[in-house]
Amino acid sequence: MKFSESWLRSFVAPSVSGEALSHLLTMAGLEVEEEQPAAPPFDTVRIARVLTIGKHPNADRLSLCRVDVGEDEMRQIICGAPNVSPGIKVPCALPGATLPGNLKIKAAKVRGIESSGMLCSAKELGLSEDASGLLILPDDAPVGEDLRVYLDLDDTLRTLKLTPNRADCLSLMGIAREVSALTRVDAVYPDIPETPVGTDLQRPIVLEAPDACPLYCGRILVGANAKASTPDWMKRRLERSGVRSISALVDITNYVMLELGQPLHAFDNTKLKGTIRARRARPGETILLLNGQTLELREDVLLIADDVRPVAMAGIMGGDETGITPETSEIFLESAFFSPHAVAGRARRYGFGSEASYRFERGVDFGGIRRALERASGLILEICGGQAGPLYEAAAILPERKPICLRPSRVARLLGVFLGDEEIAGILRRLGMNVERDGENFIVIPPSFRFDLEIEADLIEEIARLHGYDNIPSPISHAGLMMLPQSESERGLSRIRQILVGRGFQEVINFAFVDEEWEKRLSGNTNAIRLSNPIAAQMSVMRSSLLSGLVANLVTNLKRKQNRVRLFEAGRCFFRDPEGMPVAGFSQPWKLAAIAYGTALPEQWATAPRNVDFFDLKGDIELLLAPYSEFINVRFEKIPHPALHPGRSATLSIGEKPVGVVGELHPQWVQRYEFPLAPIVFEIDLDILRRTKMPKYAEVSQQPLAIRDLSVVVDQKIEIRDILEGLNTDSPACVREIKLFDVYTGKGVDPGKKSLAFRIVMQDTQRTLQDMEVDAAVQRMLIYLQNSFAAQIRT
Amino acid sequence: MQNLDRIARQARADFAATDDPDALEQVKARYLGKNGQITALLKEMARLSPEERKTAGQAINQAKDAVENALSERRDALRRLALECRLAEEAVDVTLPGRKEILGGLHPVTRTLERIEALFRSIGFEVADGPEIEADFQNFTALNMPEGHPARSMHDTFYLLDENGTISEDALLRTHTSPIQVRYMQTHVEKYAHLETMPDIRIIAPGRVYRVDSDATHSPMFHQVEGLWIGQNVSLADLKGVCADFLRRFFESNDLKVRFRPSFFPFTEPSAEIDVAFMSGSLEGRWLEIAGCGMVHPNVLCHVGIDPEKYTGFAFGMGPDRLTMLRYGINDLRLFFDGDLRFLRQFV
Repeated sequence: MKFSESWLRSFVAPSVSGEALSHLLTMAGLEVEEEQPAAPPFDTVRIARVLTIGKHPNADRLSLCRVDVGEDEMRQIICGAPNVSPGIKVPCALPGATLPGNLKIKAAKVRGIESSGMLCSAKELGLSEDASGLLILPDDAPVGEDLRVYLDLDDTLRTLKLTPNRADCLSLMGIAREVSALTRVDAVYPDIPETPVGTDLQRPIVLEAPDACPLYCGRILVGANAKASTPDWMKRRLERSGVRSISALVDITNYVMLELGQPLHAFDNTKLKGTIRARRARPGETILLLNGQTLELREDVLLIADDVRPVAMAGIMGGDETGITPETSEIFLESAFFSPHAVAGRARRYGFGSEASYRFERGVDFGGIRRALERASGLILEICGGQAGPLYEAAAILPERKPICLRPSRVARLLGVFLGDEEIAGILRRLGMNVERDGENFIVIPPSFRFDLEIEADLIEEIARLHGYDNIPSPISHAGLMMLPQSESERGLSRIRQILVGRGFQEVINFAFVDEEWEKRLSGNTNAIRLSNPIAAQMSVMRSSLLSGLVANLVTNLKRKQNRVRLFEAGRCFFRDPEGMPVAGFSQPWKLAAIAYGTALPEQWATAPRNVDFFDLKGDIELLLAPYSEFINVRFEKIPHPALHPGRSATLSIGEKPVGVVGELHPQWVQRYEFPLAPIVFEIDLDILRRTKMPKYAEVSQQPLAIRDLSVVVDQKIEIRDILEGLNTDSPACVREIKLFDVYTGKGVDPGKKSLAFRIVMQDTQRTLQDMEVDAAVQRMLIYLQNSFAAQIRT
Repeated sequence: MQNLDRIARQARADFAATDDPDALEQVKARYLGKNGQITALLKEMARLSPEERKTAGQAINQAKDAVENALSERRDALRRLALECRLAEEAVDVTLPGRKEILGGLHPVTRTLERIEALFRSIGFEVADGPEIEADFQNFTALNMPEGHPARSMHDTFYLLDENGTISEDALLRTHTSPIQVRYMQTHVEKYAHLETMPDIRIIAPGRVYRVDSDATHSPMFHQVEGLWIGQNVSLADLKGVCADFLRRFFESNDLKVRFRPSFFPFTEPSAEIDVAFMSGSLEGRWLEIAGCGMVHPNVLCHVGIDPEKYTGFAFGMGPDRLTMLRYGINDLRLFFDGDLRFLRQFV
């Protein structure tokens, strides 16, 4: 809502500065979003009358003007404007004036002739972009008067960013009401007399949908001149409210809407047939609107129709066929109340909106319907002439303002500050409410212009607003001391993140919607959750994996010449799941994923560079999993994954349940994205990482350790896990730990074979182990390896 | 006697002239070895009279002691020298950088969220989480935005298609973190149904939220943090106190100006917008919108089964992305979701 301060001050004139007025409104919940002067600063510009003009002796295009600026002497001014002519009134900047752009006006010689001032165009004064000629003022403009005063240029324009509940402030009268309540300065509203009736003509009105339109006032005006010009004062107020002047009749309806908040509509009465009906649309009905759109109407659209067709979308926009034109001489003027629920969302559904629908959706004062019609009628008669018919009103049951019980004790409890009964009642009365005492409480009835006051809390907000939020204390709160739970068998995301940060990974946050193709091809998800209204085609489905985002991040960073990239993200992924909780049909687990590309360590003098590989990221996962309570049950299985190299990737599972993947990006994707090296990625369910084991003490043995190394050669295809699991299950009681410390293939080992070296740590809890026992244990393990894996001892 | 002094002096000089431990042992033999000068003198004593032997013996022994002392001093010195040599040889250039992995870093918004969580934990607020695909009820209806409510249209909601490609009636991407408070309240009420008075609810709920909006200052996915305190006597004054305290702690600025101005949200009444103004820096003196808040609307409490007559409470919602931008002077929201290491590495 944009408005002019000077228009506002014509209703209510508190003695506060413009700045204070803005603050006052903002702090009352009517946020001043923008503030601009009506005109840029300039001074010493007067209204002048051009008396005579003659030719400049030394220049063809310049005129020599004698000008009256209300002084004893006439001034001689040189002017180059094409539209200068004797008798016109124009702005004249006198010597000493400063114009926009810091242009200083001095008495000077122009081509040898004295010129004492400058006649101005609108552009030179910063009033518009019109530089085609002098700004011509009305004939009745008083010569000699300061132009700023005459055109009311010291006005300030403000734009309010109104919250949707404050439709009552979508008019000058509404804002004035609020300012009056805030400043306790009485507001004076325009006197609106009943319009004298000069013709009997009237048109019957029937309310066929009284719940949607419970009040409709109409009147015929005849003999009005639709071509009359809009008075300057009205044009100015409209323009300063951001409304373009169109024609006198349209301007008047807009003016009354801005002034009183009531949208009006003017029909060409000669084009209406029979009775005006406020009814809902019938199936298949269409209407051509004033904006040129033809709409097929649904049955929940409220219409104004005559006997034969719809003539307006009620409260939204009029029909084109019955609209007023410059030829219109008979008008049917409508002022009605349309319920918010009957208007809300309808215009938006068809992809447009209007000033009227904006107001009706939020609530228009049903107590001011007649007043607005009278106001507009009066202005039409005044500006366009003609005769008014009688005001015809069709009324049903208007919305009710139910009494609300307000307890002062509740006010104190909710606001945390004690306000006296007098203050509470005073505030509510200033806001136009009816306040009655009821024992300790008040019974309050809100005014018809407020649509947002239904319960006690609504009134308490009004009280807080007018008391001032600033005046409510902000103490240190007192609350019962209660400790938060602190589970030791759970680890927060923050600690998990820190492990990756310590391993050189940088966190990223990616959009949760991804390319559908990605989901299909890289995550193998053919049942992706699609958005009905994606922002772009490549963001049309919900991700089931964080990996696609990380690969995209890698592309971005390689383009930016980063040659070593280590990134991770923690976030939710989304799956269709009939058993999903808590939102039925979906499971939304948190996952943690990482990508590593380039050298395993940053290039540095002390380490030979080596590219990151599968085992680097597997190591990172093992590190993350180490505290997990069921670490021992996590298995790395060779299960193919569409994004990963089949020979260099593994699925992590617990029992039968897959909980993550780790591996090298599949060569086909490496090629497709033109990565010079293969990135390694992992992804794991975050819930697994959160569950940590509770430490449990076991006695530390005081007995000496016996350590033996065992080297064997086995077939290359044998998986180490099988060997280690076998050894661990079948190991002698004294074995504490079996560590694989070397894996070797190459010179000295037959092709197709690999050499493994184990370090076996043995210890008895009670006594020192004898060499014989130790050797026997190692021998037993060797025999196991020979029998189960055809291992040969390496010499 | 003079002879003895000369021998001792000579021995000391010979030792000092020797730099090598092996050579030193050979020089020692010249004096103290089987055929050494001192040994020879001791042997000669046999030829002396008992009186002479006594004085001469004393003198020779003194000289012997002197030679031995000189020897052991020299041995020590050589050992020290050898150690010094070794240490010098083993010395490294300590100014060379250490062998290392570089430290990764948290996303700047994560930094902010962790700060927010830590600050609120310190006054007893628990961190709550909730689903991002949300049900219509929790996202709107329970928050006093029934179907057809005009405020719904301001949320620019992402809706989902079901398996048949029709728009799902119930599932959407949450447009704010407020549904987390709805779910938390529902659970809390159930959990303490057996008590006459339930304990306070004090939570903070951070998370990603979604709106159909994308330009220089809007991202279709962004973050919110929701806060909620429900108790028997929680007032607007408490809301002001907690939020102002938080903002000053968060920005580590005691002279930060904080103001609360009336606003409108369907789920709070009274409602307020929180503005802050910094007292220095490029944004000095400008009021910046930072959060929406208010007293939880009685309808919201009723929806989750809390008696609004018995309990009151406040809720607030903030944009951690904006807080992060203000905190670190970041001027483009899009940088957060671009994964550019050149940007992210600044927050290590």
